Amino acid sequence: MDELKKFALEIRIETLNMLSKHGFGHVGGSLSIADALAVLYGKHMKYDPKNPKWEGRDYLVLSKGHCGPALYSTLAIKGFFPREELLTINKLGTRLPSHTDKNLTPGIDMTTGALGQGVSCALGMALGLKLQGKKNIVYSIIGDGEAQEGQVWETMLIAPNKGLSNFIVILDNNRQQLDGFTDDISSLGDVCRKAEAFGWFAVDVDGHDLAAIDQAIEECKRSEKPGFINLKTIKGKGWPAKEAVLGNHALRGAAFEGVDEVLADLRRQLEAMQ
Amino acid sequence: MVKLVKGTIEDIELTRAYNQQLIALAEEDPRIVDVEADVGNCIFGPEFQKVFPDRYVNLGVCEQSLSSVSAGLSAVGLIPFCHAFAAFASRRMCDQNYISVAYAKNNVKIIASAPGISSGENGGTHHACEDIALVRPIPNIVIMDPADSTAMRWAVRKAAETFGVFYIRAERLNGYRVYEEDSEFELGKANVIRNGNDVTLIAEGSLILNNCLKAAEILGKKGISARVVDIFTIKPIDVDTIIRCARETGAIVTAENHSITGGLGSAVAEVLCDNCCVVPMKRIGIPNRFGEVGQPAELMEIMHMTDKDIAEAALTAIAEKRRNEK
Repeated sequence: MDELKKFALEIRIETLNMLSKHGFGHVGGSLSIADALAVLYGKHMKYDPKNPKWEGRDYLVLSKGHCGPALYSTLAIKGFFPREELLTINKLGTRLPSHTDKNLTPGIDMTTGALGQGVSCALGMALGLKLQGKKNIVYSIIGDGEAQEGQVWETMLIAPNKGLSNFIVILDNNRQQLDGFTDDISSLGDVCRKAEAFGWFAVDVDGHDLAAIDQAIEECKRSEKPGFINLKTIKGKGWPAKEAVLGNHALRGAAFEGVDEVLADLRRQLEAMQ
Repeated sequence: MVKLVKGTIEDIELTRAYNQQLIALAEEDPRIVDVEADVGNCIFGPEFQKVFPDRYVNLGVCEQSLSSVSAGLSAVGLIPFCHAFAAFASRRMCDQNYISVAYAKNNVKIIASAPGISSGENGGTHHACEDIALVRPIPNIVIMDPADSTAMRWAVRKAAETFGVFYIRAERLNGYRVYEEDSEFELGKANVIRNGNDVTLIAEGSLILNNCLKAAEILGKKGISARVVDIFTIKPIDVDTIIRCARETGAIVTAENHSITGGLGSAVAEVLCDNCCVVPMKRIGIPNRFGEVGQPAELMEIMHMTDKDIAEAALTAIAEKRRNEK
């Protein structure tokens, strides 16, 4: 677990570093999925950074595409492309646009950004792999705000009907969306029970407990049903002053004040683990 | 080269011709899958299902998913032909077609059945008066409205063999036979199916092409020689043929089973404008109004899309041309 913890720290450091240097980006939701990404890319997913299109790989569709920076950090750390390239985020001509694009970035499996569509594409990928008799697993990370999209619930209905045991949806339930707290706008309620009622194998997990995330993924992989993991997360996790406070969805300019101290602290934590 | 035959009503629906060709192509290419959203029965989907039960996917009533799921199928190497009524394949799937399919560069073929007023008795909710207007701005998309079963079979094969997004309209009506079965078409190439020198009638789709040919007969009786063009692919559009027809005949009428806003008429006007080749032109199609229930022939009457309306528009354009010549 120490390796995964270091990996998650590195993802947070690279994410905050690139976004603060650029001066804009979706900080809150990128930080809340860092631990899940560390477990996925540090333990569960099959991939080859030197051959991102390797047919034997598992797939990840970041349906909440605006949190691309966390995934770019993950991929760079794993060697899909040079770490220095992270600093090109959102610059004209970059391979790292704010929302993930499969045609630009090595290791990105689907173009996303219009909420609700990525997870639906991921369903198609899982279905297509099953039709071809392949064993690859398709993971998709969605946001809790995103889960207000009707198309997400079409996916919830279709996947069990098509018997997609190779499909695992991870809900980054950080309780906030762009305009405020999800519960104040349109609450998802007991989303795990809803998923179960739709026919999924569903588990509630502390989204910052690496061992619990690991176990949840393991259980989903073993299940004959499509898997649904309700990650209970904190938006902005890792930047104490920004954690779970309103307005941390995207930061711009002066809102990054204090980031240097946070980065220094995260780096100290990482060094202490080396 | 296309080879023309004397037009007769075919004994096969265009949707059946589509389905037969898809089955034939699926025999050759195991990547082809038929994806439906509960209107598969309207396009003979069960025939495909009978031959390829594992490659026939019915998602239920969810057109947004139809588009995005097809994008996902493409992303893992399959060639999905996804089908919905044109009204839903365009209006309901608009953002998914744009983002999941086209922007993401997936290899998806969208089959839009019952376009324009051809859904007749299903009424205004089902009339796709603006589907071409909605999909035409999507970069690199190919839009086709095959006029007969031969053109349909060629279009479906071309779509299967070409990586990219195709939007193919398929009328649920018997086609009006125009082409010999061994005709060879070209993507982006219009076909002149009747020669003439005084005016060019440019049509899309079977219903309206038939009306244009009848209009040419009406005009012929008045001593006017009308050229008739089947545009075949609305995007990419055949700029060369449109310009040549404008220069050689000096007047143009477009006729389409679609709103006159944003479809063929707009596309042809854009070509003439962009090439500084503006000639007197009239647009026939669904005017600025919603659809309603009725038989296609009745709807064409009230929407002024008949052979007589086309002939009248041609006379107006020719009169203007002659005024300009004076």
